[in-house]
Amino acid sequence: MDKFRMIFQFFQSNQESFMNGICGIMALASTQMYSAFDFNCPCLPHYNLAYGLGILLVPPFILFLLGFVLNNNISMLAEEWRRPRGRRGKDAAVLRYMCCSMAQRAMIAPAVWLSVTLLDGKCITCAFCTSVPLESLGNASHPRLSQGEVLRVLARIPCKEIYNGQQLIANEVAVRYLRCISQALGWCFVLLMTTLAFLVRSLRPCFSQAAFLKSRYWSHYIDIERKLFDETCAEHARSFAKVCIQQFFEGMSTDLEAARCHLPRKAPADAGEAAEKLLGITDQGTMNLALKSWHRCKPPLHLHPPAQPTGNGWAGEGQPPTQPSAPRKETVAYYSWV
Amino acid sequence: MDRFRMIFQYFQSNSESVMNGICGLLALASVKMYTSLDFSCPCLPQYNMAYGLGIMFVPPIILFLCGLILNRQSLVMLEEWRQPPGRRKKDPAVIRYMCSSIMQRAMVAPVVWIIVTLLDGKCLICAFSGSMDPQKFVGFANVSTEQVQQLLAKVPCKDDELMRNSTSRKAVSRYLRCWSQALGWSILLILIIAAFLARWLRPFFNQATLLQARHWSTYIDIEQKIFEETCCEHSRLFAHKCILHFFESMQQEIKLHSSSLPREGEGAEGGEGLLQGITDQDQVNKLLKMWYYEKPPLDVSRAHQR
Repeated sequence: MDKFRMIFQFFQSNQESFMNGICGIMALASTQMYSAFDFNCPCLPHYNLAYGLGILLVPPFILFLLGFVLNNNISMLAEEWRRPRGRRGKDAAVLRYMCCSMAQRAMIAPAVWLSVTLLDGKCITCAFCTSVPLESLGNASHPRLSQGEVLRVLARIPCKEIYNGQQLIANEVAVRYLRCISQALGWCFVLLMTTLAFLVRSLRPCFSQAAFLKSRYWSHYIDIERKLFDETCAEHARSFAKVCIQQFFEGMSTDLEAARCHLPRKAPADAGEAAEKLLGITDQGTMNLALKSWHRCKPPLHLHPPAQPTGNGWAGEGQPPTQPSAPRKETVAYYSWV
Repeated sequence: MDRFRMIFQYFQSNSESVMNGICGLLALASVKMYTSLDFSCPCLPQYNMAYGLGIMFVPPIILFLCGLILNRQSLVMLEEWRQPPGRRKKDPAVIRYMCSSIMQRAMVAPVVWIIVTLLDGKCLICAFSGSMDPQKFVGFANVSTEQVQQLLAKVPCKDDELMRNSTSRKAVSRYLRCWSQALGWSILLILIIAAFLARWLRPFFNQATLLQARHWSTYIDIEQKIFEETCCEHSRLFAHKCILHFFESMQQEIKLHSSSLPREGEGAEGGEGLLQGITDQDQVNKLLKMWYYEKPPLDVSRAHQR
């Protein structure tokens, strides 16, 4: 029990840091994904914009949703929102707090992806190469080409090896221009995000700090309560299983004795513990019967109090306990071999 | 007993995380497998599609089956499904719950493989380069039909002499890779939205039934583990008793046959007790031979009565 408590305290004190850890890992994963991803601009007039903006915007959305999916609190939030009122009131402030804290953590990985993409420049170059201002950057002596041709030539700007429009506009010039804009956007985005984060952190204590502390406490409480309930159910299931199996073996050997009744069992005092541990099964035939019966005919999920002489191995239904089962089960559970 | 309890608690509290860990390891293994695979497109008209689609779909099936095999829960679920009801009624909700949780975990590695394949692009380029419309690409527009099929099939092979510096090859390759990546990202987006909706909306439907199903599936798992542990402990004690009984009966036989060596009954109890009255080479050899040729019956009820 002590170990349990220690583990619980660890989780409780570190629930926040656990989520922060996941958040950091996802941010790193997003940079790793970007560098492993082989960016491949199609260099065709209408596909460039779709591809470039797609790579800029779809992965952040995926990362944002992934941040929610990986966060265990989302099902807790939904449960808390949908549960019937029961005998416990619902506090909308707690739900809002949980939602905000999850959303804040989920936004970090997408923001990292967007910054890295903008600072690298390939996406913006690919998406907007057809909108380069030819008048200011193009060569003065370019041949007169139709609109479609110009677009096709400009679309090949990101693909240096197939670019054939040096007379129209130098590849280097266009790429530099687009990358400069992309990096400027990137740095502005990073500055904006950082300023927002700073404002949120520093201004929060100025507004309803007491209500904030309350919401935070109760949201942690709901989380811990849910975990404790799961752990308690698991421990109960374990005790239940132990006693169920013990009663199964006892029932089996009692019935076999009753059926055979030619081997009076002497239980000498000194062989007490060993005899008990053998559960009354002392030969191959009986063990085989026990295993077969375990598979074919599992005992009911109904524990009997230890005092009653039960004939519940094979002979039919056991007697239901006369007292309410919950407190009796408690007694039975702790009666086992310890 | 304390040790047992601690180990039990560890296993129980961590069975979910053990399964999640296996699931994650399989996903990493699938990425590693893909990167170490030496993809080599045959670049022949009839073989390309078979090879490309084969590499894209056969390993996921293998990974899915591996995910089912490595998951202990699948055996537990099958047992629960097939066993007769006995004195316990069967709850289909529990079986459904176990089945869905097993399937979800087993599907992660195959999906990772398919998405990595699509984002990389080589499989789709290999499979569909022969199905491109040659009119769209300058280098292939004015070539005869049979030749164009041959040329298109060679697009995935960068090192082929015909294709080494061909801009049309690069254009086709880029075009297909762009579609492949778009498909990969779209599939990933759809799956993530589905996962998010599943997690968000589940408490809205039958939450109480879900809690019950989850509890009883954990119970079944624990019960099976405890039963196996009980049987192990029982068989250890059984074997101990059986072997002690065997040694005792050997000792009796030796006493009967070698009356020339009167043994003092009470000798040094500690050491003598362990030796079980078998104190020289011949007796040990006889015991070992008896153990091999005539193992004792699996019945310690008489030993109990001594």
